[in-house]
Amino acid sequence: MTQTLSTLGSDAPDASALSEAQLLDVYRTMRSIRAFEDRVHEEFATGDIPGFVHLYAGEEASATGVCAHLDQDLDTIASTHRGHGHCIAKGVAIKPMMAEIFGKTTGSCHGKGGSMHIADLSKGMLGANGIVGGGPPLICGTALAAKIKGDGGVGVAFFGDGASNQGTTLEALNLASVWNLPAIFVAENNGYGEAAASTWSVSADNIADRAAGFGMPGVIVDGFDVFAVYEASGEAIRRAREGGGPSLLEVKFTRYYGHFEGDQQTYRGKDEIRNAKENLDCLKRFRQGVTESGRLTDAQLDDVDAQVAQLIEEAVTEAKAAPVPGPEDPLTDVYVKY
Amino acid sequence: MATRKISYREAINEALTQEMERDSSVIIMGEDVAGGAGGQGEDDAWGGVLGVTKGLYGKFPGRVLDTPITESGYIGAAVGAATRGLRPVAELMFIDFAGVCLDQIMNQAAKFRYMFGGKAVTPVTIRAMYGAGLRAAAQHSQALYPLFTHIPGLKVVVPSSPYEAKGLLAQSIRDNDPVIFFEHKAMYDVTGDVPEESYTIPFGEANVVREGDDVTVVAIGRMVSVAEEAATELEGSGISIEIIDPRTVSPLDLDTILESVEKTGRLVVVDEASPRCNIATDISAQVVSEAFGDLKAPVKMVSPPHVPVPFAGSLEDLYIPSAQDIVNAVKKVSEWSK
Repeated sequence: MTQTLSTLGSDAPDASALSEAQLLDVYRTMRSIRAFEDRVHEEFATGDIPGFVHLYAGEEASATGVCAHLDQDLDTIASTHRGHGHCIAKGVAIKPMMAEIFGKTTGSCHGKGGSMHIADLSKGMLGANGIVGGGPPLICGTALAAKIKGDGGVGVAFFGDGASNQGTTLEALNLASVWNLPAIFVAENNGYGEAAASTWSVSADNIADRAAGFGMPGVIVDGFDVFAVYEASGEAIRRAREGGGPSLLEVKFTRYYGHFEGDQQTYRGKDEIRNAKENLDCLKRFRQGVTESGRLTDAQLDDVDAQVAQLIEEAVTEAKAAPVPGPEDPLTDVYVKY
Repeated sequence: MATRKISYREAINEALTQEMERDSSVIIMGEDVAGGAGGQGEDDAWGGVLGVTKGLYGKFPGRVLDTPITESGYIGAAVGAATRGLRPVAELMFIDFAGVCLDQIMNQAAKFRYMFGGKAVTPVTIRAMYGAGLRAAAQHSQALYPLFTHIPGLKVVVPSSPYEAKGLLAQSIRDNDPVIFFEHKAMYDVTGDVPEESYTIPFGEANVVREGDDVTVVAIGRMVSVAEEAATELEGSGISIEIIDPRTVSPLDLDTILESVEKTGRLVVVDEASPRCNIATDISAQVVSEAFGDLKAPVKMVSPPHVPVPFAGSLEDLYIPSAQDIVNAVKKVSEWSK
């Protein structure tokens, strides 16, 4: 059975103890992801962005709530094709990310990776990943490295509801448990694996239910509530750091855009997205909660919004002006030259 | 250096031992490499299915890890650990099992350095048995090194003797790129002169095993010893062959082959891999493309027929390229006239 927070332990991190500065950080991360994705959506429509792009808008609370606990040096995350949010939350610089998406030399990967492969190992970000289910086995390895080195680091694999059915993911869950690894598996269930509903493709009622079969705790989290994600993931990460082994979190929410940019989304219910944006949105909910309780003011949050908007504007302007890779670039950064 | 005769199996074990002694970041993982975890009997009972890692479990506590039978899981873990400071050597029992974990090799390990703009290293070595001769049939006998040679980003090593095995494995472990290391399962008991001290053999440097004037014979892995048998027989017919062992098929030392063909004007390539798109077709194409003017005869390729490896001894013996097949090919190119 799915375990709930109350059965995981009473010493879970308490979101109500977050300081003003921490609250502003959480908000800035979520707002940065939203603004980044909304802008990429607009720019993609102009035809300036090449390739395939998958946007994370609507899911910000997951990457933000989990990564708030992570150290850039010690802890490693693996991401998905929908990876921009995880990159931003783990501290990958926004301007090189935007330049990478535009395919420019100033990009995070010098234009060789693109949206689906943004990575920054110096920030413990092992890459967005174009292969569904590609990340979880890798995180077993980064967690193993942390365990062998004894440095207290953890590995976090973000993956979607689609990847929850991949053999690689299920193998990684088993291996992490067998080796008692400091690993956290975050299943981001946004309701659709490409165009197929997760209620159809996932055989169990919940992805988290599968945790029992791998001998680890499984927790369902409201993915529109960054504080819920913060508390549940904090508990799992604490356990992992203390040698308590892996956990599986299922974060439930919906995505605001299609599987990829250009997806007409005719497979979705009529009011699904509008309802989520109006009634569930993580940014709205955060603002309402912290202003009503008096922890932050609207003016403070508006200020963050303005700063983020300016940063995104600069990122796009600079990315567009940056040079594209030239004829000397294809043969560098590869192991074997021919 | 003091040398003595040891087996191919012992040479590999010695390379692993010496590399683990000199570098604490080297770890080993694989199915039963520690001899069968969790049972009631003795530790290190097996040392891998063919005993190659025997004795290491006791010598290096915590660094020789048994895995469940979960190739995607642990090959992926080895790749992930390599991005975070370890130098894992993963034993993929039979290279045929790459079918269940190819993504982690082909789309993850091979791509990181390039896709991440040169900012990642992935020093993982994947050891695997290959080749026909033990009546192991179609799913345990393939020579799949061409498959990996086709993938940019991987290095592919096929040692032909105990000496080559030890030096090339040490180099593989020290190399910062992912290496697929092919051990011929019919060679584990073959003995040869091997120095006691640690040494490395650089990648991309072919070995001229035997000098000759009339025909260049390039042979891969176990086929080198088969070519040596053919050389003795051909000597009786007054034909002198020059045998070249590329040692690594990616990177490939084409220059040494071209220099030899410039001298002999005739080329036979012997490859145990299936005949379409194998190393023989690759070398032949490159030599014809680069040195057409040096050739006095068409290039001949000696490979098995394009069928799965058969089980019955009578069939498998017909399948594997023989010394007689090489003799016939060499005679054909020697006698060829317009």
